[in-house]
Formats: sequence, C-alpha cells, structure tokens
Amino acid sequence: MPLYHNEDQAMLADTATSFMAEEGNIAKQLRHWRDRDCKDGFGHGLWKQMAEELGVTGILVSEEDGGLGMGHVEAGIVLEEIGRNLTPSPFLTSSVLAATALNHGSSDLKGRYLPGLLQGDSVFAVAIDETAKHRPSRIAMRAEKSGNGFKLTGSKSFVIHGASSDMIVVAARTSGSDDDEDGVTLFAVPKDAAHMNHDPVRLVDSSVATHTKFDGVELDGDAVIGEVDGGREILDAMLRAGRVGAAAEGVGVARGAMDMTIDYLKQRKQFGKLIGEFQALQHRASHLYSEVEIARAAVIKAQQLLDAGAESAELMSSVAKAKVSRTAGLAVKEGVQMHGGIGMTDEYDIGLYMKRDRALQEFLGDAYFHANRVAELSGY
Amino acid sequence: MSDLETFRSETREWLEANCPAEMREPVRDEGDVYWGGRKATFKNDAQKSWFEACVAKGYTVPAWPKEYGGAGLSAPEAKVLREEMSRIGARPPLSSFGIWMLGPALLQFGTEGQKQRFLNEIARGEIRWCQGYSEPGSGSDLVSMQTFGEDKGDHWIVNGQKVWTSYADEADWIFCLVRTDKENKYQGITFMLFDMESEGAATKPIKLISGNSPFCETFFDNVKVPKSYGEDCPGYVGEINRGWDVAKYLLGHEREMISGAGGGDRTSAIGAAMKRHAGKTGDDLDPVFRAELAMFDVDALAYGAMGEKFLDEIKVGKAHPAQPNMMKYAGTELNKRRHELMMSAGGSRSLEWESETTDGGKPSRNWLRTKANSIEGGTSEVMLNVISKRILDLPGA
Repeated sequence: MPLYHNEDQAMLADTATSFMAEEGNIAKQLRHWRDRDCKDGFGHGLWKQMAEELGVTGILVSEEDGGLGMGHVEAGIVLEEIGRNLTPSPFLTSSVLAATALNHGSSDLKGRYLPGLLQGDSVFAVAIDETAKHRPSRIAMRAEKSGNGFKLTGSKSFVIHGASSDMIVVAARTSGSDDDEDGVTLFAVPKDAAHMNHDPVRLVDSSVATHTKFDGVELDGDAVIGEVDGGREILDAMLRAGRVGAAAEGVGVARGAMDMTIDYLKQRKQFGKLIGEFQALQHRASHLYSEVEIARAAVIKAQQLLDAGAESAELMSSVAKAKVSRTAGLAVKEGVQMHGGIGMTDEYDIGLYMKRDRALQEFLGDAYFHANRVAELSGY
Repeated sequence: MSDLETFRSETREWLEANCPAEMREPVRDEGDVYWGGRKATFKNDAQKSWFEACVAKGYTVPAWPKEYGGAGLSAPEAKVLREEMSRIGARPPLSSFGIWMLGPALLQFGTEGQKQRFLNEIARGEIRWCQGYSEPGSGSDLVSMQTFGEDKGDHWIVNGQKVWTSYADEADWIFCLVRTDKENKYQGITFMLFDMESEGAATKPIKLISGNSPFCETFFDNVKVPKSYGEDCPGYVGEINRGWDVAKYLLGHEREMISGAGGGDRTSAIGAAMKRHAGKTGDDLDPVFRAELAMFDVDALAYGAMGEKFLDEIKVGKAHPAQPNMMKYAGTELNKRRHELMMSAGGSRSLEWESETTDGGKPSRNWLRTKANSIEGGTSEVMLNVISKRILDLPGA
C-alpha cells in the first residue's frame, strides 16, 4: 500500500480540515473553555457536532455495531486536525482508546456504551497509569473476586477527562504480582460507581485529568471487557492504537506550530529586514521542516501496519511516538524562540502549542520510554 | 490471485533460480560491486552469471522500457522486485552512474537515437560513465564553472578542469557540464557527452582522508567533442546552452541516490547489530551509548518510512519537486551519525587502519568516507538553502 492517502482518505482529510478549522479552532474551543475555567476542559457541543456533522465518533467501531468501520489512518486524519487546532476533545480517549477496548467487549457491553459514543452523548476515559511515568507493564491495582463480580482497590493517575466521563476503562490485576504480564483484566467502570473518587487537576495545556481512587469499587461480572486475566492483549491493542493516535495528533501540533512560525518569519522585520531573510533562521526552519516530514511518514507507516494487523506495528508504533515526541518538541521550542518576546505572551497562540505538546509527549509514553522500547523490541 | 501477486511469485521463483548464493551476501568491498564498462572484469563466476541473467531479463534497469534494455516494469512491479531482492539480500547486478544519473536524464531530455544507443549500452553494462560537474573554483556555487567549449562548427574544443569526478580513471565516457556562452551564466552551459579516451583528456586520482581514491581530478586540454554521433544522436543532451536544466534535473537524482532513498543499509536500524558485535568482543553496551543507539534507531526507522513514502509519492507526482533536497539532507546527516556510533561500538579495534580483523581498516575508512556524504552532490547547507527557498518560500532565500 503506498504511503499516502487514497482518494477516500484525502476526502475525509479535506472535510476534517475545514470542520476543525471552522468549529474546533483555538479561539472557539481552547481559549473559550479555558477562559471560563470549564471543569471538563472541552466542549460537549463540539463533541455532539463531531458525532452528527462530521460523523466520526465511531470511526473505529465496526459497521455492524453502527460505526464507520474505518482504520487508524482515518482516525489519524481527524487527530492531526485536532492537533493542528489544539482542539480540546475526548476523541482520542473515547473514539480511539476506549473504542478499541469495547471492540473486544461482549455484545452486552457494546450495547450499553456504543450508542452514546456514536451519538456524541457519551465521553470515555482510560485509567492505565499508576505512577507519574507511563509504566503499563506494572499494574498494582487489584480486582478481587466478590460474589458474582469484582471489587477494585487502588489508584490511577493521568486519567484524562476522568471526572467528565460516562465510563472509564480500567486496567486492574485479577491475579499474579505487580510486574506480571498475565493476570490483568480490563473493566468498564460506569461513572456512578460507588467508592470511586476523582481528584481532578488542571494540566499545563488546560486539559483536566484526575487522580482517581478506587476504595473497593464493586462491579458486576459483566463489567469485564474480554476475559478475566486476559486483559493484557486488549490493553496492548489499546496502547498501540492510542500511541499511534497520539502521534498523529502530535504531528498536527508540530505542523500547526511550524506553519505559524514560518508565517511569522515572513512578517516580522528587524534590522530593516524580514527575519526570514536571515540564514541563521532559514536553516533551522528547514531542518524543522525535514524532521516534521519524517515524523509524518513514520506515523502513516505505523497506521498502515496497524490497520494491516502486521506484527511490526508494535515496533513502528513506538518509533512513531518517539519520533513525533522529539519532533513536535522541536517545533514548539523553535516556534517560541523564533517568535521572540511575543512568543512568551499568553496573547499569542504559539505558547499554547508548547503546552499542548508537553502533555501529549507524556501521554502513553514519552520519547525515552518509546526509544527504550524500540531497543527492547530489537533485542538490545 | 491479483496480477501483482502472480508477478511476486514469478519473481521469487526467478530469483531463486538465477541469483547465486554468493550474490546474496552483503557487499564487503569495492570488488563486490560490478560497475561494467570496457575495463571491467568479474570477480567470480557468480557475479558474472547473476549479471548476465539480469541483462537478459532487463533487470539491470527494471523500470526502463524494453526497447532500451529494461524490463518495462510498472512502478508497483518494480517495487515488488525491489522488495523480493531485498528479502533475499540480492546484490544489485550492476551499479553505474549511467543507471542512476545519465539514464534518467536521457529518458527525460534525450532524442530517440540517443536513447537507443546510450541507454542500451548502459543497461548491458558496456559503457561506464562518469560525471563532470564540480571544478576547483566551483563547488557549492556550481553554476560559476569555467570549463569552456569553443564552437568550431561541427564540434567544440573543450579546455578546463573538473574535480571530484567519481572513478574518472575507470570510466569510459563522461557526461560533462561545459560553458558554451561566457555572457550567460545559467543559459550558457551545455551538457556534453564524450569519450574519456579522446585526445587531451586526462585523470589524476585524489587521495582522501580515508586513504582511498574514489575521485579524480580531470583535465581537458583541447579535447574535440563532436556535436553529433550520427543520425538523431547529438553529442549533448537537451539544447545547446540549456544544459543547466538537465543538470538541475540530475542533481535531484543524485540527491536521491546519496540520500539512500528507498532503503538499504543507510536507513536501517543498527542497535541490534551493535549489541551482537559487542557480545562477540566481550564488551557491554554502556547504558548511555545504548540510549544513543536507540534514539538513532528511532530516527533511522522513521527515515526508512520517509524513504518509502518519498518513492511512492514521486511515482505519482505527489512529492514536492524540491523534496529530494530534504531527503539528501536528512539521509546524509543520519549516515554520518550511524558511522560515529559504529566507531564507538568498535572501540580501539575500529581505529585499526591496516589489519586483517578490520579487513584493511574498514570501520575507520568507511567512517571517514561518510563525512563526504553531506558535502558531495550539494552540501547540507546548500540543501537547507534550497528547502528555505523552494519549499518554505522564505524571503531572500
């Protein structure tokens, strides 16, 4: 398969680009909700529009289950535009991560949660991390058998949209010890579950995440996604999808920051010249362009491998996440520096790109985590 | 089964039958590369039989039309062949500047007569070409070149000097930029073709820091270059005084070639190999070195995807025309990093300049050679200038 968008994908990209530029732009969404100190950190109205007008909230859900039955290339197209516009949106956690989990769930679970997702009425979160760094190989949170169901005890952090979600996919341990590969089970925890306590905290990019405590949260057996003790495989599928999705969003952030910076180089005058005439800046801008192109290629390669169910998708998803983290990091740092003083002001958007990038870098593993994983998967 | 799948299984069978085991080993030294030409000899029977099988099948230049010695493969078929060859590690049957550079220029700008003659000679490995571009005073500023061809009616008399002519001492013919109008900088250069055995043409190898001499200085002292080699076969490509158009087109190809677009060693990950190497010598990877290797592998694998994307896009005209400059910049910088890491992995052993264990100082000589990657064919700085101007449209670039 060639590494560019086919006709249908190019059409989706056109639609997504104009929709997100029109409805998801920084003034209308990020600044709007941030300046009102919105407790969710995103707008439910736009989420509803994404379901009804753009029709993409069920992009990874099969047609049989009422979704679009599309793949990660298509989800990535939407995410890149979310990234470019810094749109606060539950798309990545709901339509990519939680949807991937639900696709492995029982028809009962699908029936309970998918309609809300498809209609843009429900928002989902995922609770994976337990420490400040992403270490999904270690899951300490316990789920003990209790009657016909389970009792969840432990705590999770960096649960994006945790307090705003109708359901949270939680990774817990049903057997074995913290670092065991096996013995993990995924649960769909409804928002009104008793003894689940959210401590919401606003992050640097104005999104809201929670530290969530589970003090013996009782769940019925039908809250299990997939098989008991068989959650690791689904968790890995979620992580692959989420990482490649976050990488696509990161490419959008990088391109947004780069485009804004290059425009600025063509407008700002100093020493009687446009600053874009200075070779010191031209070479840095061109280096950045080169890195962004390469990062995009890594992302579309990873998306295609994921859609093809290839074994190498595991390696390439880490390559993509690591490469994009470094590249978007470069784009926002160069962006702020080349904007000079105004790059430090809240009035200009370039700083917002820097903040979003930092949060996105950390989500589901930063460049160090994924470079290390590339080494491990390569046998060194 | 789709046509492409049928083609894949046929190709697999053909390669199985025709590519000898020795030709599936990695290239170790210059002798393992077959360049063709009047002075060429085969290193062994395997090299000869692999080359001859490919010539007969059109696989020395698979994507060229059949009438010019190719196999007339479509872009997807050519990709399948590349994939199948790389799967078994098959060496290229023939390497040449004719295939990489002059061929594409002739396919774009040549007359039918030129294509019939020169492309077939290239495909069959009969003539080895070299490229006369740079001059002592014209490196990055190539268009300032001074080698001059005086118009004598049906021929030119060429005088001047070229430098960095790859393997000029082993080449049969040269494609050469010659100034034919001193008043007109860009539109005063002609892209000439002539025999290196012509009277007055001489070469002198340049010894490099690697100790090897892949490049020459090339001198032209009243060399007579005919304007025609027969019917419909001019002694120049494109139009007289418009050779810069051809050169620019070709520089694009050279940049693709140097950047290693399309895969191969230069874009692949190295961490696993370094670990095995360290294991063999009883060394461990320092954790910080391992981290650098991992970061390199991320960049190399991402660049590999970029190479694939670039080739896919170029085939359907989706790539930005200046994108080869980006590929060249990123690919050569990556290759330099790769060899720095390989030197570190080898430790004191990789310093050995002449020893059997290093096969005559391979690590250090190869490491030094890579330093030219970001100089030849346009320096990294020139590439960045071109990206600034043609892709980013920055002012005054």
